Amino acid sequence: MAQPSVTEERLEHLKHYFIDSDQQFEASKMGMWIFLVTEILFFGGLFLAYIVYRTWYPELYLLASEELHTFWGAVNTVVLIGSSLTVAMAIRSAQLNQIKGLIINLYITIGLACVFMVIKYFEYSEKFAKGILPGAHYSYEGIAHEKANIFFSIYYMMTGLHGIHVLVGIGLMVWLVFKAKKKVFHSGYYTPVEITGLYWHLVDIIWIFLFPLLYLID
Amino acid sequence: MATNEATSNVKRIQVRRFKPEEYPEKHYLNEEKGVWAWMTTVDHKKIGLMYLASITFFFFVAGVLAILLRTELLTPARSFMDADVYNQVFTLHGAIMIFFFLIPSVPAVLGNFILPMQLGAKDVAFPRLNLASYYIYVIGALFTLVAIFTGGVDTGWTFYTPYSATTGGNVMAMTFGVFILGFSSILTGLNFIVTIHKMRSPGITWNRLPLNLWGLYATSIIQILATPVLAITLLLLTMERLLGIGIFDPALGGDPVLYQHFFWFYSHPAVYIMIVPGFGIISEVISTFSRKVIFGYWAIALSSLAIAFIGFLVWGHHMFTAGQSSLANMVFSFLTFLVGIPTGIKIFNWLATMYRGSIDLKAPMLYALVFLFLFTIGGFTGIMLGALSVDIHLHDTYYVVAHFHYVMMGGMVMAFFAGLHYWWPKMFGKMYSEFWARIACAILFVGFNMTFLPQFVMGAQGMPRRYFNYIDQFQSFHVFSTIGAYVMSVAFLIMAGYLLHSLLKGKRAPSNPWGSRALEWQAASPPPLHNFHHVPVIINGPYDYHKPMSEFQLGIAASHNGHHHHGDEAVKVEKSEKEQA
Repeated sequence: MAQPSVTEERLEHLKHYFIDSDQQFEASKMGMWIFLVTEILFFGGLFLAYIVYRTWYPELYLLASEELHTFWGAVNTVVLIGSSLTVAMAIRSAQLNQIKGLIINLYITIGLACVFMVIKYFEYSEKFAKGILPGAHYSYEGIAHEKANIFFSIYYMMTGLHGIHVLVGIGLMVWLVFKAKKKVFHSGYYTPVEITGLYWHLVDIIWIFLFPLLYLID
Repeated sequence: MATNEATSNVKRIQVRRFKPEEYPEKHYLNEEKGVWAWMTTVDHKKIGLMYLASITFFFFVAGVLAILLRTELLTPARSFMDADVYNQVFTLHGAIMIFFFLIPSVPAVLGNFILPMQLGAKDVAFPRLNLASYYIYVIGALFTLVAIFTGGVDTGWTFYTPYSATTGGNVMAMTFGVFILGFSSILTGLNFIVTIHKMRSPGITWNRLPLNLWGLYATSIIQILATPVLAITLLLLTMERLLGIGIFDPALGGDPVLYQHFFWFYSHPAVYIMIVPGFGIISEVISTFSRKVIFGYWAIALSSLAIAFIGFLVWGHHMFTAGQSSLANMVFSFLTFLVGIPTGIKIFNWLATMYRGSIDLKAPMLYALVFLFLFTIGGFTGIMLGALSVDIHLHDTYYVVAHFHYVMMGGMVMAFFAGLHYWWPKMFGKMYSEFWARIACAILFVGFNMTFLPQFVMGAQGMPRRYFNYIDQFQSFHVFSTIGAYVMSVAFLIMAGYLLHSLLKGKRAPSNPWGSRALEWQAASPPPLHNFHHVPVIINGPYDYHKPMSEFQLGIAASHNGHHHHGDEAVKVEKSEKEQA
C-alpha cells in the first residue's frame, strides 16, 4: 500500500467503509469465491439427479448418449477452455495497466462465448426437430427405452442452466468492456475483471464435467 | 490494521478513550430524510429496519392465519371454513412463517443491524448487495401474494411431489417466490461471512468475536451451502409443472422420494438457519444480565459450528416412514441424536454463566429464560422423534407439530424477542415500558404452553396433523389449545402497544442502558450513520465484566476520526500509523 508516490495513486474506486484498497479487493474476491461455492451446490443438485438415474437406468444413458454429437461437444469444450485462457490474459493485461490488451482479450472471450452458444443453438434445434423435447413433450421414437425422456430432461436442465450462465457471463464481459473503455480499470483497481474471470472459470469447469458425463459415455 | 493481522503483534497503535455520545441530535434515523432516501439506502441499520417492518407484517399475517386455524379446530366438524380453505390456510401459515418470517428474522433484521457494529465496521462488506437482497426478498414476497390471490396453494409448506406437481391452484408462483427468496438469504449469508472475515476492527481476534457473531457465522455457512440446493429443487419442481420433466413424477418414471431428499437436504439445515442465530442472541443476553464472563466461550462458539455441520447429515430423519432402507434409517437416527450433544453443551454453558451471576430479570433476560425452558422441551421431544420405533408411532401427528412449535416459536421466536428487546434501545434510541414488557412475556409464556402442551398429548394419542376434522375424544385438547392461542394473541397485542408507545413517546435511551461490555453499546443510541466516529480498538473480550468500562471505549487516536471520504485521506491513516510504529 504505502508506495512512495502516494499522491499519484488513484483511489476513486475505494468505498468509504473500507480501510484501504487491499481490504476492498480481498473482500470482493472472497465474496466471489463464496458465490462460486453456492453455484457448485446449485449444480450439485442436478449432478445428484444425474447420478441417481444413471444408477437406476445405466443402459438408458448409453443409448441416449449416442444421440449427442461428440464432435460438436468437443469443439465447444475447446472453445470454452480457450475463452478461459483469454479471460486470464485479460486479467494479466489489467494488472500490467495494458488497457488496450484488456479490451482485446475481453472481445475475444465474448466472441468465443458466442461461438459456444451458436453451436449449442444448432445442437438444440436439431434435437427439437427430431422430437427430442424436454419432459412431457418428448416424442422421439429412436431410442428403445421407455425412460428416455428422463435422460433428456436432465440433459436440458443441465446444459440449459449452464447456457444461462454463459449468457450472464457474456453480459458481464460486455459491461467490463464498457467500463474499460471509460478508463475505470488500472493496475491498482481491476477487481471486477478479476472476479468476472473467476466466474468465467467456473462456467468453464462445469462444462468440463458436463461434456464427458453427457457426451462421452457411449 | 484489521487486514494486517499477521503483523499486528509488532505494530503499535496510539489509542485514546472515546466515550459514546449521549442523546445525540444527529443519528442514522434523521441524517437523511424522505422516503426515497430510505428506499435507496445502503446503510445496514436502515436495511435492518426495513426487514423488521416487512417481517413484522408477515408475522402478523401468518399469526392471523394461525388464529383462524385454531378457531376452526374448536369443533370436531366444520366450524366456519371448508376443508379446502383449511388446507390453503395451514399451507400459507407454514410457508409464510418459515420463509418470510423465521429465516430472515434474526440474520436479516438483528444481524444486519448489529453485525457491523459488533465488528466496529462502518457497514457490511457489500452494502449495495445488502439492499439488493432486501428487494429480492420483496419480489419473492410479491410472487407469493400472486400465488395466494390466483388460486392459493394447498400442498403444505413442504410442496411434496407428486401432489404439488398435479394439484390445482398456483403452486408455481409460490415455489418461484420461495426460489427468489432463497437468493436473498444466500446474499445475506455471503455478505456476513465476508464482513466477519475482512472488516474486523483492530484487536477483534477470533477469540474476541462476540458469540452473536459466531452464531451468525455458522448460520451464514448453512445459508450458502444449503439454500442453493433448495433453489435447484424448486426450479426442478417448477419445471415439473411447466414442462413435465418427470424427475420427481412417478408417472413419468421419476421418483417422489428423491424430491423429499432434495427438499430436506435444504430444509433440515434451514431449521438451524432459524435457530442458530437465536443461540447467539441468548449468549449475549445471558452474559449481559448475569454480569459475568460467559462460561465456556469456545464451547459455545464451536458448538454452533458443530450444529451447522451435523445439521447437514440428518435430513433423512424426515423420511423414516417414506420407504428408506432400514440401514439409512438407523444411520440418520444415530446422527440425529448427535445434534443433542452440541445443543446440550450450549444449554449447560448458559446455565453455568448464570450460576452465581448477578442476575437482572429485565425483559430480554426473561425472554432468554423462557427460551431456555421451552427450547429444552423442544429439544428433548426432538430426540424422541429421532428414535426410530417411537417415530413410527408419532410420525405425522400433533406431537411433531408441538415439537416444531416448541423449537421454532418457543426457541427461535423467544430468542428473537430477547434480541429485539435487548437491542431496541440501540436501534431506536428509545426505552420501552419494562413493566408491560414483563407482563407480555409472562402472558406469552402461559399462552404458549396452553397452546402446545396439549398437542403433545393428543399427538401421542394419535391425532394426525393437518386434519380438518377429528374424532370427539380430542375436542377438549383442541379447545384448550385454541384458548391458549387467544391468550398468546393478547400478549402480542400488549407487545405491539408498548413498542409503538416507545417509538412515539418513549424515554430517550442512554448509549448503554444495560451496562454491556460489547462493542455495539459503545456507539451512541441511536448510532450515527457510520456507527462510530472513530476506529474502535478492542483489547478485552466482549464479556469481560470484571474489567473497567474505560478499557472498552478505546479507538485509534488520530484526529481524522477514522473517516475518509476521499481516498487520499485513507492513505494518511495508514501513514500516521506507520509513523507511530
